[in-house]
Amino acid sequence: MNVKTGVAKLREIMTNYYIEAKTARENHRLVAWITSGGPVEPLIAMDIIPVYPENHGAMIGASKMGADLCAKAEEMGYSGDLCAYARSDIACSVVNGGPIGGLPAPDMLVCCNNICGTVLKWYEIQARYYKVPLFIFDTPFCHQAYTPEVARYVRSQIDEYIAFLEQVSGKKMDMDHLSEVGRLSVEGQKLWQAVLDTAMHHPSPMSAFDAFIYMALIVTLRGTQVVVDYYAGLLDEMKGRIAQGIGVVKAEKYRLLWDNIPIWYRMKWLSEKFASYGACLVADTYTSAWCGSLKYLDESDFLHSMAEGYTRIYLNIGVDERAKTIMEMAKKYDVQGLVIHSNRSCKPYSLGQYDIQAMVERELGIPTVVLEADMVDERSFSEAQIETRIEAFMEVLAERSYV
Amino acid sequence: MIHLKKMEKAIASPFDFVPEERAVGYVCSYLPEEIVLAAGYTPVRLFGVGGDGTKAPSHLQTYACSLVRGILEEALSGRTEKMAAVVFPDACDTIRRLSDIWRMNIRGPHHLDLVLPVKLNTKSAEIYTAHILKRFLDEISSLAGVPISQNSLKEAIALMNEIREILAHIDHLRARGVLGLSTRDYYTVLRAAMVMDRYEYVQMLREMHDHLRETEREKPKKPRLFIAGGMCKLPEIFDAIEEAGGSVVGDDLCSGTRYFSTPCRTDIDPLKALVKRIHARPVCPAKHQGLMNRFDHISRRVEETHAQGVIILVYKFCDPHAFDFPDLKKNLAQRGVPVLLLEIEDPLPSQGQIRTRCEAFIEMIDKG
Repeated sequence: MNVKTGVAKLREIMTNYYIEAKTARENHRLVAWITSGGPVEPLIAMDIIPVYPENHGAMIGASKMGADLCAKAEEMGYSGDLCAYARSDIACSVVNGGPIGGLPAPDMLVCCNNICGTVLKWYEIQARYYKVPLFIFDTPFCHQAYTPEVARYVRSQIDEYIAFLEQVSGKKMDMDHLSEVGRLSVEGQKLWQAVLDTAMHHPSPMSAFDAFIYMALIVTLRGTQVVVDYYAGLLDEMKGRIAQGIGVVKAEKYRLLWDNIPIWYRMKWLSEKFASYGACLVADTYTSAWCGSLKYLDESDFLHSMAEGYTRIYLNIGVDERAKTIMEMAKKYDVQGLVIHSNRSCKPYSLGQYDIQAMVERELGIPTVVLEADMVDERSFSEAQIETRIEAFMEVLAERSYV
Repeated sequence: MIHLKKMEKAIASPFDFVPEERAVGYVCSYLPEEIVLAAGYTPVRLFGVGGDGTKAPSHLQTYACSLVRGILEEALSGRTEKMAAVVFPDACDTIRRLSDIWRMNIRGPHHLDLVLPVKLNTKSAEIYTAHILKRFLDEISSLAGVPISQNSLKEAIALMNEIREILAHIDHLRARGVLGLSTRDYYTVLRAAMVMDRYEYVQMLREMHDHLRETEREKPKKPRLFIAGGMCKLPEIFDAIEEAGGSVVGDDLCSGTRYFSTPCRTDIDPLKALVKRIHARPVCPAKHQGLMNRFDHISRRVEETHAQGVIILVYKFCDPHAFDFPDLKKNLAQRGVPVLLLEIEDPLPSQGQIRTRCEAFIEMIDKG
């Protein structure tokens, strides 16, 4: 597999996945909408097709259809200050718009609030709209600690979740099968981490912009063999590039770390902009969130360990712990600067970034830059302003590299 | 009106009335105040300074709501540094991050997160709430250096229940249209309940209530309005509604009836009773009690108060309320209740515009 065929293969897998989801009814299969950080393994084990409105939101953004759909949501009464994934998805349900003509209607909704409070409201709205049952997987926020009380509460909800799926589907959960899905999920996450880790190499064989594309599978098909096979192939490809000394950015000069969700409608522009300075965004906090909980997961006891794995994810922890994670990543990937996307759409991700920025500058002594934008709604993107910010940031980097 | 001036002053500068070292600041009405009271502290709700100062903008982007920015500004200015503790009940995304930023930047008050469940309608969530309230009680008790007995908790519940009961009576006078207080003053009385020494407050409230009962007076008939939203500390809005010719007869506000509704049970273990109250209270949209509970509750209250229209107040950048708005409006419209949305900020950018919109809305109701 080379990178080109790698992306083509990924597109093929994603296309087949969406065809399968859109024809679920004809094939007598159930569809569950689930949040991106939600526990998907029980759905896979019950042969229920998981559909991710957030992945759909990213596709809408990348297709530059975000502004229109967000404006439509605003006509429906939703404030323009709300999350653009939510706004575009809510509008899409009504107009069946977007790049794939809307998502297949859900038979049930599974909302895990480990990423934000927004998903709770979003899924309540969709549960009323589609008149389908909603399961809320409530993962209490871990500002500083994961307490025994939280562990017990989340663990008890795994049983409630399985009971909910059994009730909606009218089938019993095969617990052995669930263990197998759990094993595949962990294997997929390990391989994804290994793929991301190849960026530790100088020059890096891939960038965060590539990871933003490759991540589609760890988000949507986690717990299946397809993911394991695909990332195993991708890992080989990256290792091959390392062996040949191929870097994704020609003459890699600077290595940078990205924080927050991508600016989906400007990926190419940003990627080229940074590359024009010889800068490679070697790592990011977003794509690594889908393997960041590996330390809590236990393949031999997936069901139990998933409570902790799904609760202690990057967006469900305190700002200081996030800063620590960022600083560890900065060292691990040997970066010279931090690029912070202050994303109007995502308050839990963005609020606290100024403190993270100050800590990184103080403790690592590397320059940082804040790009004010939005992940999907291109009306919040000012090219001139972002360009100026990046130019100034690259100048600082250049000055420092001569010292 | 007796005591009103003092209450106004207490809201403006709570620490002129409550010694700061005996105060426990809090940012959301899900705090079980009884536990704080039983430890000998006074819970003081932080409302923020209003408007951007010079300090909060280095920590919070412009898309954090003005309430949270105001609370952080107040804390960074050192106005709350001598408080014994500050409690952050788990609420919206922005308050969660406020807690982190406060903890990382502000020395002084003991910092406490009370991570309540988001789901309030399941047995397992209730068990979890019971566990964390116990943990909270132990922490407050050790901070105060006094054990919290069952009796002291029961006493605190009795005190809070009395405050709730009197406030509910006053609210009833308002719904009947015989309350001798302006809307602005009504909310002053309510907000004072959240910042004053509760023992002193309840005495003032008793006297005030007696006085209000004796001076009940039929007010001229005006269009009856109901207000829904989160916390509202902007008296200019209430003035604007009244000056536009409307009469506020009820609300579903965090700094309104939601604060005092749902008395705490006294027939069961006191800690359990506090858990039950948290799960039974009219819900904040940052929490979940079912898909329709909040809308049904508001509709029922609108019906009970014979309100002819609903004004929905949403702070700019308040996600939970902004997400609920379209379906809440639809729900009310299906019952023939007209709705006006006012997007607000602290401080209000333009009072004139709000008054004009209220006038148009009230005129429409009056003609209808």
